[in-house]
Amino acid sequence: MSTETAEKEAAVKDTEALFSKRRKKLITDPLVDDNPITIQVLGICSALAVTTQMQPTLVMALSVIFVMVMANLSISLLRNKIPTRVRIIVQLAVVASLVTLVNEVLKAFAYDMYKELSVFVGLIITNCIVMGRLEAYALGNKPYDSILDGFGSALGYSWIILTVAFFRELWGSGSLFGIPIFDGISSLFGEDFQLATNGLMVSPVGAFIILGLLIWVQRTKTGYVEH
Amino acid sequence: MELFNLAIRSIFIDNMVFAYFLGMCSFLAVSKKVSTALGLGAAVIFVLTITVPLNWLLNEFILKEGALSFLGASFATIDLTFLRFIMFIAIIAAMVQLVEMVVEKFAPALYGALGIFLPLIAVNCAILGGSLFMAQRDYTLAESAVYGFGSGTGFFLAIVALAAIREKLKYSNVPNGLKGLGITMLITGLMGVAFMSFMGIDL
Repeated sequence: MSTETAEKEAAVKDTEALFSKRRKKLITDPLVDDNPITIQVLGICSALAVTTQMQPTLVMALSVIFVMVMANLSISLLRNKIPTRVRIIVQLAVVASLVTLVNEVLKAFAYDMYKELSVFVGLIITNCIVMGRLEAYALGNKPYDSILDGFGSALGYSWIILTVAFFRELWGSGSLFGIPIFDGISSLFGEDFQLATNGLMVSPVGAFIILGLLIWVQRTKTGYVEH
Repeated sequence: MELFNLAIRSIFIDNMVFAYFLGMCSFLAVSKKVSTALGLGAAVIFVLTITVPLNWLLNEFILKEGALSFLGASFATIDLTFLRFIMFIAIIAAMVQLVEMVVEKFAPALYGALGIFLPLIAVNCAILGGSLFMAQRDYTLAESAVYGFGSGTGFFLAIVALAAIREKLKYSNVPNGLKGLGITMLITGLMGVAFMSFMGIDL
């Protein structure tokens, strides 16, 4: 980094509030306008497989938030020490260590969840959002800003997969967080009133279609058009 | 025969893309033209076929619980499975680099075709996913080689088919919000329905 930009950054830091407008934008931008999944097309890889139910999805979202914030922080702290040629390996090593940590914690304290998520926790390593934000942001910015950026992107990712999981679990299994919703509605209206579940939603196909439609709705709202 | 069944299962039934959503990023990003899709697909087959058996060796002789017992009785209780992620990804990154250099040296034509895709592959979830599934399902060496090749071929088929559809899609009038990613997800869903029909095959 040149001294000029470093000085400028220092000047910005002196005057900037903890949650200035620019910093708030770091968090809010990835939620809608610059969403990692629907706009940047990153990180679709490992996420969709876990969205058949809300609970594993929530665990997955929390894991990704943790990994992204910590990885962005570590890489940002190391950013002036990492030689450009080996940065990918360094990033992979940092992310892989963090994911190992998450995996071991799950194994120790939530073994059922660990079994259910199986290899998909490990696949956070190759989640493009993590690598993408490290490359695009943490390598060139200060630690605090990088934390906010990582948190924002991970939140943008989380709400999308939680929404997909909401519809998939509701329509596929008729429940939310394992609580039967469809049965409850049926009992309210009497025996004849039965809501049927749709098996397609539980299969991977459901995830693709729900996400496709979600992207449609979201892009129509933001007015983003891909050419 | 067992191996043949495994190959068929990993190509069609347990397809990387349609059943496990692995490699979606490159699947969506590099499927605009058939020629580039062919290049990436071939590179994925190549790398998966090499890295899965290699990671099997690593898992069997170093990482597994008790794998180090060949060093002496006192090593028999060591369990290094928690190092799996970091070791697998290191092997994959190193192998990709190595393959890139070897291909560049001995097959410049192939390097020209695969060239830019090889480095991308190090961070492709399908590659790491292949190795993790291999470790989870306790395959043998031969099985893991077949599994690597089969799941690579499954990815290859999926991405080439999608690219062919997207080339035609350019001429259709898609609603603005659905252009690009949206319609691609819907098409992938429909292709997934087609691949679901293979689930009925009992192998």
